[in-house]
Amino acid sequence: MEVTRQRVDDLRVRQLRAQQMLKGDLTDADLEEFVQERLIFTKFETAQNWARKNCLFPLGFGLACCAIEMITVIGSPRNDLARFGAEAIRFTPRQADLLILSGRVSIKMAPIIRRLYDQMLEPKWVISMGACASSAGMFNNYSLVAGADKFLPIDVYVPGCPPRPEALIYGIMKLQDKIMGTPDEGWRERYKAHGTEERSEGAGVA
Amino acid sequence: MTEFDPVGVPYRERERSVTMERMGEEPVSGTEAPVEGDRHDELLTINFGPHHPATHGVLRLLTTLEGEVVRDVKPIIGYVHTGIEKSCEDQQYWKVITFVERMDYLAYYFNAMAYCMAVEKLLDIEVPPRAQYLRVAHMELNRIASHLFGLATGALDLGAITMLWWGCRDRDLVLDLFEMSSGQRIHPRYFQVGGVIEDIPPGWEAKVREFLKIMPERLDQYLNLLDRNEIWLQRLKGTGLITQERALELGVTGPLLRATGHPWDLRKAMPYSSYEHFDFDVPIGLHGDNYDRFKVRIEEMRESVKIVEQALDGLPEGPWITDNRKVALPPRHELATSMEALIHHFKLVTEGFRVPPGEAYVAVESPRGELGCFVVADGSAKPARVHVRDPSFVNLQSLPDMAKDSLIADFIACIAMLDPILGGVDR
Amino acid sequence: MPDATGLELIAQRVRDRLGGEAVRDTVFFRGEATLEVAPEAVRATLAFLRDEDAEPWESLMSVHGCDYLPDEPRFGVHYQLLSMERTDRLNVKTRVGIEDPSLPTVVDMFPTAEYQEREIYDMFGVVFDGHPDPRRILMPEDYEGFPQRRDFPMGGEPVLYTFNEDSYPRWYD
Repeated sequence: MEVTRQRVDDLRVRQLRAQQMLKGDLTDADLEEFVQERLIFTKFETAQNWARKNCLFPLGFGLACCAIEMITVIGSPRNDLARFGAEAIRFTPRQADLLILSGRVSIKMAPIIRRLYDQMLEPKWVISMGACASSAGMFNNYSLVAGADKFLPIDVYVPGCPPRPEALIYGIMKLQDKIMGTPDEGWRERYKAHGTEERSEGAGVA
Repeated sequence: MTEFDPVGVPYRERERSVTMERMGEEPVSGTEAPVEGDRHDELLTINFGPHHPATHGVLRLLTTLEGEVVRDVKPIIGYVHTGIEKSCEDQQYWKVITFVERMDYLAYYFNAMAYCMAVEKLLDIEVPPRAQYLRVAHMELNRIASHLFGLATGALDLGAITMLWWGCRDRDLVLDLFEMSSGQRIHPRYFQVGGVIEDIPPGWEAKVREFLKIMPERLDQYLNLLDRNEIWLQRLKGTGLITQERALELGVTGPLLRATGHPWDLRKAMPYSSYEHFDFDVPIGLHGDNYDRFKVRIEEMRESVKIVEQALDGLPEGPWITDNRKVALPPRHELATSMEALIHHFKLVTEGFRVPPGEAYVAVESPRGELGCFVVADGSAKPARVHVRDPSFVNLQSLPDMAKDSLIADFIACIAMLDPILGGVDR
Repeated sequence: MPDATGLELIAQRVRDRLGGEAVRDTVFFRGEATLEVAPEAVRATLAFLRDEDAEPWESLMSVHGCDYLPDEPRFGVHYQLLSMERTDRLNVKTRVGIEDPSLPTVVDMFPTAEYQEREIYDMFGVVFDGHPDPRRILMPEDYEGFPQRRDFPMGGEPVLYTFNEDSYPRWYD
């Protein structure tokens, strides 16, 4: 609505006004103005997504060298994940909603990861951290599953061997954009190149 | 494989035996610890891992418990098996360095060092002294980082979570130094066959000395936090005992063997890469319990600080990689003027250097024990066999001995102080 | 390392104790001593070197295997011995062929060999008679094949470029 009256920014005045509100002393016009200044209108999904993205619970799961960088992200005071609300690591998949797949996925481990993923409750997201979890990395041989997206739907791929902690945090921020419903489309957004994604028929959404 | 049925029970059958439904039934033979009398309905075989907060990586432990007491432990490994040794047979010698670095992923310089030393032995080339000192400096810094991380996660397992923040904070300082010298924090491919890939940048020495000044105070801080903590002492003292004879029988090396009182350290016993020029002590423990392992690691960090200081003080001038152009890349300014340099560069980058046929086994002292690398060369540009004798793989065999008849909490402390790195165990 | 003459003396002592057929070869290469013995005599050689020799070697540091294809006999098993008193290493090596890839186990003499022999079985298929727990250790238990043999394929997936990505069947096909 059109606001023609002056915005009262003085802290003391605001405090007194809040005090009056609590006592029930504000009259109609003042009360309306008070409430309007503090009201946000949004869709339910947006609010829900905002709550979800700012409070991710990662599953404490690390496989190989990328796990060291992941623990550095979670545990080091320099790059720490608590700024993003994701510091509460849950070691049981029932209470976690973010699976950071950090490290090489061997054929012996793959069914176990799938079981962990199945035990997580909706909504859940997966970040594939590092080159070995996204593709086979540098190990293109008999004992690795070439990319965890063969058996898991992955939301964000973070490349690197191992990715720097800042890169993992960037990946988590991209995931937060995706949760919010406004996924970061990168260069397609910058160059207005929507419609150039490659899709082949039969590409199932796992 | 199917005709060779080892224990008489196929794997799926054995796996089913540890589910809840079979609790009241007869145990599948071959899966449980031998029992006396009719006590076996008090024994419970459960699975620790492969996904568990108290394991250092994906280690699966089939534990047989009687109440809260651990009667038997069978580690099952192989969940991070990456086939690195097989992949190495397909790569040129200098590319193998990146593969071998990723085995024991906390002590990456040591893996590369063992491999480079083995190939240098096969090629019979000399490493210049400046490269030797730089290698020693980087390896000792890596030892500090590895012990810090081991203590950080070990303390996290035992509940002293502050140590995780502090350990990671100091480890970040060390990784900054690595990033300054080689460009990458972890797995930097800094050691090459014949020396190191690049000289240290100006300012690196000053930064290292700054770090070395604060490190002993930080160690005292950790001891202040942990060493006088009643809970920490009670959890670690007297738990996880292993005798020296048993440790030697099992091939255990490194801080675990030194904690039992045996002063075997390859840096002193069979010095390599000019370790004999440095003056440092080898800390040993008295009893062989978890507390001794913890103290040995802290003191080793102190000694490493001394070694790095001496290495920097005595850093000789000179080339940082061997002059043998058939093995090491020529410096770039020569490529514009010398035809041979261009040809060498081309051959080295496309085909790689050839190694005359032979076999070599070289061992270094990594933070976990004796890390050996066995290289078989057949005259071509790719190795015929690279095998790494990983210390964690052999040290893991001592876990059943350490954990026998101990409570679960002490068992967790054993794993924490054993410090296995599953990348090295599984390769 | 025992030098070349020391190695010859050790080989002579082993021959005296176990018969002339036991020792096949001695190699002294770049300061490393290797004693090649016949597969039947490996256990006796290690027992002799540990217990009765004038210079005993009490620690087994590593047991590792190697596939020497196309060189027959194919599989080599190396026992890396260490003497902490004299800070010395000796490598004892045997070769077995593929028709009978079996060796007696040394776990009762050197308990450290337990996991390492399992790994050699897993990767090469060399069977160790008398091993207390002869299962696969690194690969899944029902895996078929022995990965580190030279004729086992590397596996993995072909790298997709634009020229072959359409012809390569995807997992959802």
